[in-house]
Amino acid sequence: MSASFAMERPWQRWLIRIGVFLAMAILCLPGLWVVLTAFRPNIEVLARPPVWIPQDPTLANFYGIFGLLPDQQQGLPVAAYVRNSLVISLTSTAVAVLIGMMGGYAFARYRFRGKAGLFVAFMLSRTVPGVALSLPLFTLWSRIGILDTAFGLILVYLAINVPFTIWLTDGFFRQIPADLSEAAQIDGCTRWQAFWRIEFPLARSGLASAAIFAFLTSWNEYALASQLTRTTASKTMPVGLMDFTAQFTVDWSGMSAMAVLIIVPALALTFMVQKHLIAGLTFGGVK
Amino acid sequence: MSLLSSPRAAPYLLLLPAILVILAVVAVPLGVSLWSSFTPYNLTRPATLYTFIGWRNYQRLMQEPDFWWAFGRTLVFVTVTLNLELVLGLGLALLVNRITAGQRVLRTIMMFPMMFSPILVGFQFKYIFNDAVGLVNNALFDLGLIREPIPWLVEGTLANIAVMTAEVWMSTSVFAILLLAGLLALPKEPMEAAKVDGCGPVQVFRHITLPFLMPFIFIAMTIRSLDVARAYDMVRIMTNGGPAGRTELLWTLMARIGYQNSQMGMANAMGYVSILTSILFTVYFYRRLVAARRYMEGVE
Repeated sequence: MSASFAMERPWQRWLIRIGVFLAMAILCLPGLWVVLTAFRPNIEVLARPPVWIPQDPTLANFYGIFGLLPDQQQGLPVAAYVRNSLVISLTSTAVAVLIGMMGGYAFARYRFRGKAGLFVAFMLSRTVPGVALSLPLFTLWSRIGILDTAFGLILVYLAINVPFTIWLTDGFFRQIPADLSEAAQIDGCTRWQAFWRIEFPLARSGLASAAIFAFLTSWNEYALASQLTRTTASKTMPVGLMDFTAQFTVDWSGMSAMAVLIIVPALALTFMVQKHLIAGLTFGGVK
Repeated sequence: MSLLSSPRAAPYLLLLPAILVILAVVAVPLGVSLWSSFTPYNLTRPATLYTFIGWRNYQRLMQEPDFWWAFGRTLVFVTVTLNLELVLGLGLALLVNRITAGQRVLRTIMMFPMMFSPILVGFQFKYIFNDAVGLVNNALFDLGLIREPIPWLVEGTLANIAVMTAEVWMSTSVFAILLLAGLLALPKEPMEAAKVDGCGPVQVFRHITLPFLMPFIFIAMTIRSLDVARAYDMVRIMTNGGPAGRTELLWTLMARIGYQNSQMGMANAMGYVSILTSILFTVYFYRRLVAARRYMEGVE
């Protein structure tokens, strides 16, 4: 496509480059600002005139949130938040991908009664805003006794992620020609073997992107977690961020350090698999 | 095993876990909340869950100016941000599409905001728009444009602008990446034919690129309209509906009534209004998508 624009003049090319640079700067700056703040001593955070580049970078904010500074009585239960976040996100992602893959396969490969209706029902379940769901879930979960447990939250994230996973994997399985597994079945494989040997490996990049989306959704979710968790037994990192706010003030340095703890795993994971992510968005869903 | 191997039962068995999860976590709770929206259910008095009062919650809601303000503000919020995100995302996709070297790196940077938790975006922008230590005021001071700090989150109109800025920052990437996918799939022949016929870049964009992108635009709209309610987290952190309710959206009002005033019945009635609004938006964009796809198939 760009070949057909080879006639652009140099000044046009520079204009595009400057535009792209500015756009990228705007996209990165807010995040970068918070990351820089995480490494600033408190004096610099509140300095006036502002200190743009940290002059005296420090890890004190990170020690601080874990309660490791010498003059500190005790820190916040950040370690528990990290643990809860990991357990809840990883478990719900793994199970959501498994259940979603089964569903996606059913939609892609079988014709059955009520297919269209079920598909729409799954999608509509996704339109319910988290806050609207948190009120009834709160009532119900407290009656069953799974309020403030990791299990309660895992179950909720499962329900949020399954419809999207079904949608993505359905798209991927449909791209794989049905003849492939039929040929394998003629050669003596069972349907189950044909699935594992042929269709599963081909759909892997779709499953990877579904997994990333599910993980990021549960890792970053706040509205439901903030109502369904109460203590260190199940509070996740996004909810833990609220610990840094008092009624009128915010502990910006502590908050920023915690923010880095949340951002870094998400960023690292996404960059590692970004090729799958883009493929997942463009092929699985769109076509 | 005989059930599993029966081809009739297979799809239902495969879908069973998914159906169970959705029933347990979405359908049953929504049933409970539908019932409770017809009761004066109050968290502090559990027995009120069994008193049926018919449409009274809904009637009171309809007479509540706070509710209508929040409702109107939500519609404006969704419309303004979705359109801004679309225009900016389209611009960004067109720009990145013109860059040949290092496009993969650019695409990755472009997706940066998508990885941020909405609550984190809320804190980030609360910090950035802070009147004393925020990035925006600091920059304006250093450039000599202002002498007094601008109270971004304290004044009603400015707070709305700040909240919308955060939402647009967070979600423009989703549009950009989906539209870029569309641009990459754009067939070359019609564009070259148009150029041979003497069409200018604007005409090519207007008559070839844009119609081709329409399905992608509606997909992005459908996906985004599904989760604009994520904005709850952000608004909750940045202003919590304040100052004096000037940035109150349906979702923040609902959470306030439900958890702070414990009026669950009332809040659930509001929840139903907002769910129906969400579904209407989604269905609207989905139908436009189907129409656009059908149009494209007609062209090809």
